[in-house]
Amino acid sequence: MSGPSLMDSLFQRSLEDIIKGLRQQLIGEQAFISKALEEIRKEIKSTDLSTKSTALLKLSYLSNLHFHDMSFAAFHALEVLSSPRFSHKKIAYHAISLSFHDSTPVLLLITNHLRKDLNSTNEFEVSLSLQCLSRIANVDLARDLTPEVFALLSSNKLYLRKRAVAVVLRVFEKYPDSVRVCFKRLVENLENSDPQILSAVVGVFSELACKDPRSYLPLAPEFYKILVDSKNNWISIKVLKIFSKLAPLEPRLAKRVVEPICDLLRNTAAKSLLFECIRTVVTSLSEYESAVRLAVGKVREFLVDEDPNLKYLGLQALRIVAEKHLWAVSENKEVVIKSLSDADPNIKIESLRLVMAMVSEHNVSEISRVLVNYALKSDPVFCNEILGSILSTCSRNLYEIIVDFDWYVSLLGEMSRIPHCQMGEEIENQLIDIGLRVKDVRPELVRVARDLLIDPALLGNSFLHSVLSAAAWASGEYVEFSRNPLELMEALLQPRTSLLPSSIRAVYIQSAFKVLVFCLHTCFVQGGSIVPSASLNNLPAGVSASVSYESFDEISVENGADVTVVHGQTCASAPITKESIVNLLNLVELALGPLLGSHDVEVQERVRNLLGFVDLTKPEVLNSAVQEKDDSEGKGVETSKVIKLMHDAFSKELGPVSLSAQGKVSLPDGLVLKENLGDLEMVCGDLEPPSSNTFSFGSSYEEKDGLSFSNPQIKEDSEQTNESTSLLAEHRKRHGLYYLPSGKSELVSNDYPPANDPTLQGDIDDNADNLVKITAESLVPKRKPNHGKPRPVVVKLDEVDEKHVAMKKPESRDDSLSGAVRDVLFGCEDVPPTLSQSNLSNKLSSKRKGKEKQHTDPHVESKENVIDDGNSSLRRKDRSHGKERRHRSPRKKNVEERKETNQKEKEKSRRHHARHKSRQRAEEPLKVSAQTPVIPDFLL
Amino acid sequence: MIKAVMVINTQGKPRLAKFFEYLPLEKQQELIRNVFGVLCSRPENVSNFVEAESIFGPDSRLVYKHFATLYVIFVFDSSENELAMLDLIQVLVETLDRCFKNVCELDIVFNYSKIHTILDDIICGGQVLETRSTEIMRAVEEISKLEAAPNAITLIPKSSSGWLSR
Repeated sequence: MSGPSLMDSLFQRSLEDIIKGLRQQLIGEQAFISKALEEIRKEIKSTDLSTKSTALLKLSYLSNLHFHDMSFAAFHALEVLSSPRFSHKKIAYHAISLSFHDSTPVLLLITNHLRKDLNSTNEFEVSLSLQCLSRIANVDLARDLTPEVFALLSSNKLYLRKRAVAVVLRVFEKYPDSVRVCFKRLVENLENSDPQILSAVVGVFSELACKDPRSYLPLAPEFYKILVDSKNNWISIKVLKIFSKLAPLEPRLAKRVVEPICDLLRNTAAKSLLFECIRTVVTSLSEYESAVRLAVGKVREFLVDEDPNLKYLGLQALRIVAEKHLWAVSENKEVVIKSLSDADPNIKIESLRLVMAMVSEHNVSEISRVLVNYALKSDPVFCNEILGSILSTCSRNLYEIIVDFDWYVSLLGEMSRIPHCQMGEEIENQLIDIGLRVKDVRPELVRVARDLLIDPALLGNSFLHSVLSAAAWASGEYVEFSRNPLELMEALLQPRTSLLPSSIRAVYIQSAFKVLVFCLHTCFVQGGSIVPSASLNNLPAGVSASVSYESFDEISVENGADVTVVHGQTCASAPITKESIVNLLNLVELALGPLLGSHDVEVQERVRNLLGFVDLTKPEVLNSAVQEKDDSEGKGVETSKVIKLMHDAFSKELGPVSLSAQGKVSLPDGLVLKENLGDLEMVCGDLEPPSSNTFSFGSSYEEKDGLSFSNPQIKEDSEQTNESTSLLAEHRKRHGLYYLPSGKSELVSNDYPPANDPTLQGDIDDNADNLVKITAESLVPKRKPNHGKPRPVVVKLDEVDEKHVAMKKPESRDDSLSGAVRDVLFGCEDVPPTLSQSNLSNKLSSKRKGKEKQHTDPHVESKENVIDDGNSSLRRKDRSHGKERRHRSPRKKNVEERKETNQKEKEKSRRHHARHKSRQRAEEPLKVSAQTPVIPDFLL
Repeated sequence: MIKAVMVINTQGKPRLAKFFEYLPLEKQQELIRNVFGVLCSRPENVSNFVEAESIFGPDSRLVYKHFATLYVIFVFDSSENELAMLDLIQVLVETLDRCFKNVCELDIVFNYSKIHTILDDIICGGQVLETRSTEIMRAVEEISKLEAAPNAITLIPKSSSGWLSR
C-alpha cells in the first residue's frame, strides 16, 4: 500500500489537474470538460475506492462550479460512502449533499450509512453525516434517524451538539412527529451555558417561531432569561427575532420585554444588535410610544451615518414605523427627500417608498410635483420607478387621495411627456378609468387629451402609443366638452398617425367618427331644432352655424385656415374652403381613403363605416351649402335625422361595469328571454350582425338604419326604425342597471357588500333594488359647474371589494408541526390540575391535529409513550377526545375536520381575546386563575 | 436561515456555490448569473444590500462584499440580521485569510474542498454555528489531518497503478 500522504497528494493533484487544465483552456473549455467527464465516467466505475473517490470529487467540482449533471453518480457516491477512510467519506458526503434530492432513487439506501456514521466515535465523521442530513433529509430519513439525532442533542461534545441542534430544524420540518421525541431535549439546551450551543438553539427556535409563533409562547420565560443575561450579540439578535414574533400575541409579554429591549437599544455598541432592537420595537412594540421614540432617535443616527448600509437599513426601519407612526417619517423628511438623489439605487428606491408613505390627500400634489421633477432628472430605471409609484399611490382604493381630479389628469398628461416614461399602459388605464368614473373631470380630460393628440412629436414614441389611444378615446367619447372639435378632428387624422399600431389607429378612426358626428349634429340638428329655418339658411356659412352654437368666435375659422396650411393638398382640391364641415368631410375622405385597403380588418372596417357615413351625408351638406333655401327642407330633414340618430347612439354613456353585475340581478317576473330575442330578430331582420365591439355596435347599426332612409319607402322603414330604436331604448332602460353610470354621491358612501359574501345570496332582490335605486338617481342629470372644491364623485364597483376580501383569506399553516409542538409543550409544562374545562378543549383542538398525523403512523405512538412521562393520564384523556372526533368524521374527510378545527381556533382566539380583557381588570383574580391557559404566568 | 453562499469573481465565474436547499443545476446557474448581473452594475461605495426578491423569491435578502476580484454573497431570509450577515462575510474572509495567508482568488480556485470544509464548519443546514475564526481553523486543521491519515481499521487495496499510469 502506498503511503497515505502519497495517496493524498495524488488525489489532490487530480482535481488540481482539472483546475489547472481548465485555466489553460481559453477557448476549448467545453471540450476539455467533456473529455474530463468522459474520464470520470470510466474512473468512477473502478473498484478501487481511491480512484472512485477522486473521480467523484472531480465530478462534484464540475457539477458545483460548471453545472454539469452528476446524478448518474448517485450510486457510486454511496459506494464511496461505505469506505472506511475519512477522506473518502468526506468526498462522498460532499457529493451527496450537492446532488441528492427527494426524488433521488437511491436515497433510501443511505439510511444505514448515515446511522452508522451518526454513531461513530469520530466526531468529524458524525459531523459530516449531520451536515449531510441537514441537507438531504426527507420524511423517511428524518423518521428513521430521529433516535440518533435525539441522542446527539445531549452529546457531551459541543461541536456535535450544536450541529445536532441545527439538524433538528430540518428533521422537525420533514417529520413533525419527531417533535415528540426531541423537543424536550432541545428545550433543555436553552439552559446551556455555552454560547455556541445557545446560539444554535435560539437560532432554531427563531426559525420555528417564524412559522408558528403561538406554539412557543410557553417558552417565553426561558427566552426572557436569555434576553436579559446574554452577552453574545448573535444570541441577542436571535432572541429579539423570537420576541418580535411572540410579543404581538401576548400583551403582557410585550410589556415585560419592552424595558430590557430599550436597555439594549441604549447601551449596545454593535450596530447589528442595535438595528435588531430597532426593528423589534418598530414591528412588534409599536404601541409603546417611548420605546418607539427611542428607536426612531436611533434610526435618525443611522440615517445621517456615512455608511450607506446603515442609511439603507435606517430607511427600511423608517418604512416599518411609517405604517403606524407617520410622524417618524415627517420628522426625518429632509433626510428622506435628500436620499432620493443618493448614488445608491437601493437607497433611492427605499426613500421613494417612504415619500410615498407620506402622501395624503393634502400634500399629494406637492409631493407629486417634487417627484416628477426628480423623475425628469434621474436615470430611466429610477424615473419609471418614481412614475410607477406615483401612479399606484394615487390610484389606490379608487383614487381615494385625489381630491382635485383636474389636477391629477393634467399630471397624467405631464407624466406621459417625461422623456423616459415607460408607464404608458398604466396611464392609459387610469385616463380611461377616471373618464368613466368621474364625470366632473371630463372637460379637463378632453383638454389634456387634445394637448396630447395635437403634438405630432409624441406619435414617434412607441411607449406613448397607449396613452395616445386613451387620449383619442377620451376625446371621441367626451367630444361635447371639447372647445374645438374641428381641431381634434385634424389631430386624429394627422398623417403621422400612420406610425401607430393598427389597433390604436382603429381607436383614432372611431374617435374621428364620433367627433364628426358631433360636429354635424351641432351644425345641423341642434342648430336646426332651435331655429330650423335659420339653421338651414345659415348653412352656406356652416362654420358660423357651429360657431354660434358653440359660442366660438373666429377661432374655428382660423382653424379652418389651419387645415389649409397643414393639409395643403386637401384644401387645394376642396371646392369650398370656407365651410369647415365640408372641409372636414373632405379631410376625412382624403385621410382615410387609402386605409380602405388596410390589411388590418379592424382599421378597414372602421374606415368603411366612417366613409360610408361621409358618403351619405356629404351630398346633403353640399346641397344645403349651395342652395340658400327651399328644397333643402325635405332632404335636409332626413340628413339631420340620420345625424341625430348617430349622435344619440354615441351619446349613450359608457360606464364601468362590474364583472359580477349580471349575477346580482334576479330575473324579473314575467320576463321570457326567448320572446324578447324573437322580437329582436324581427326588428333586425335583414341587418347583418353588428360587430362585436361596443362602440361599433351603435355605429354600424345606426348607420345601416341611416342607409334605409335614402330608400324610397321611407315611411315604413322609418317607422320600423323608430320601433327598433324605441325597443333599444327600452332595452337600455331596463338593463341600464348593469351600466353603473358615473354619478351619485350615494355611491361613494354606499359600500357594496362583496358579491361572494355568503349572506348576500339570501337577499339578491334587495341588491337589485339598490341597483335600481342607483340607476334611477343617475337618470337625473346633475349639471353642476365644477368649482373644484368638493371632491367629485368616483363611481365604485364591487369587484374591488371582492379582491380585498379574497386577500383576507386565512393562510394555511403547518398544522402538523405546530400541533406536535403544542402537544409536547403542554405535555412538558406542569399543567395545573385546576385547569378549566374550556381551556382543555381549546388545547384539544390543537392537539387533535397532531393526533391525526399520528394515526397514520402507529410507529411513533409507541415512541411517544416512552418519552411521555407524568402526564399520561391527561394525555389519554386527550386521545379519547380525539378518537371521538375521528369516529364522528369518516377517515378521509380531512377538509371537514380542518374546517371544524379552524372554527374552534377562531372561537378560541376570540375567547383568548376576551380573556386578556378580563385579565386586565385585576380585581377578578379568581376568574383569572381559572382561565390562565396558554401561557403560564411566569412573567408576572 | 441562510439560503445560499456564493463567491463569484468579477468576470462572473462562480468560485464557490453553496445552496442550503436543493436546487436544480440550471436554476443554480441562472441565479448565479442573475446575481452577478446585478452586482457588476453596482457602483463602488454603495450599500452592500441588493433587492433579492426578484431573483430568489419572496422573503429573501442578499448582502455582498466586494474583495479585489471577488464578490462574496450571502442570501438569507428574514430570520437573519443583515448586519450580522455582513459580519459573517467578514468572518469567512478572515478565516480564509488565516488559512491561506493573504488569500487571493487563486487560493479559492485551487482549494475547492478546503473552502467547503471551512464553510461547512461555519454554517450547517442554513444555521450559523461558529463565528470564531480560531475555532474554525482548529476544526479545519483536524479534519485535514484526518483526511491525510489512514484510518486505523483500513487497509486500502493496493491498486495505485490505475492512477499512477495517468
